[in-house]
Amino acid sequence: MTGRDLDPTLVRLLGSGEPELDCDECFANLDRYVELELAGAPADAHIPGLRAHLVGCPACAEEHESLRALLELDSVS
Amino acid sequence: MAAPDTNPDVSALAAAPGLEEWHLDLHAHGSRREEAVGHLHALLLRAARFEVFRRRGSLPQLSSAELDELAQDAADDAAVSVLRRLGDFRGESSFRTWAYKFALLEASVKVRRRAWRDREVQLEPEAWENVRYPGPGPDADAETAALFESVREGIQDALTPRQRQVLVAVVLEGVPIDVLAERLGSNRNALYKMLHDARRRLREHVAASGHLEET
Repeated sequence: MTGRDLDPTLVRLLGSGEPELDCDECFANLDRYVELELAGAPADAHIPGLRAHLVGCPACAEEHESLRALLELDSVS
Repeated sequence: MAAPDTNPDVSALAAAPGLEEWHLDLHAHGSRREEAVGHLHALLLRAARFEVFRRRGSLPQLSSAELDELAQDAADDAAVSVLRRLGDFRGESSFRTWAYKFALLEASVKVRRRAWRDREVQLEPEAWENVRYPGPGPDADAETAALFESVREGIQDALTPRQRQVLVAVVLEGVPIDVLAERLGSNRNALYKMLHDARRRLREHVAASGHLEET
């Protein structure tokens, strides 16, 4: 069995196994990453390891979602 | 250090429509800096309110005024962080986006901590013993059940007590990592590294037992 078809509980327990940033590195790059995403640019290629971190860290994932949502709100208001 | 209070270039940029260069005045002195700090605080308060009200479902006991107070506190703390770390801004995103993330961080941490303020964090290493495949059902998957069993063994045998504690609290008990860090006198980054190491050890254990291909 590979990591790609695991039960969600196992994914949270085992993580992705991919190289990933830590929380501080994620925070340092989050603004650029979200702007790249919203511009349709290949954010994961520009900032490798950030997506894997978001999968493994619920707190950073929430902040990523919020920054993205806030910028999207700004773009329509 | 020469204060760029009267630097015409900066003033021109700040006044230019469509350009968000007002933040350059955060490096200035006097009234221009005060005005820029006021602008910054308004920006941070907007982001903090956005986050607090977005997560208000986790704080049903708080009134709108109390939620707004939480957002104000978050904006105040974020302003201190932004001003302290101005030198880190390298223009790789807009200043607004860069500043927003500080307010969102402060607000989200405050919301999580407030939501858990009166809740006891159960640091029960025994909780891992309940890790079981949620089946069986008609689609019971023997391979997945065996993998769960291997993970349970790994939690017992391959992790240090501290790694086990962090993994169980964050992954199985759903304790926010900021809350756990506060209770353990640590910080998010240190605990996440511990969680990351615990996951790596678990994967190695499970791979060695032949249940998972290492990626």
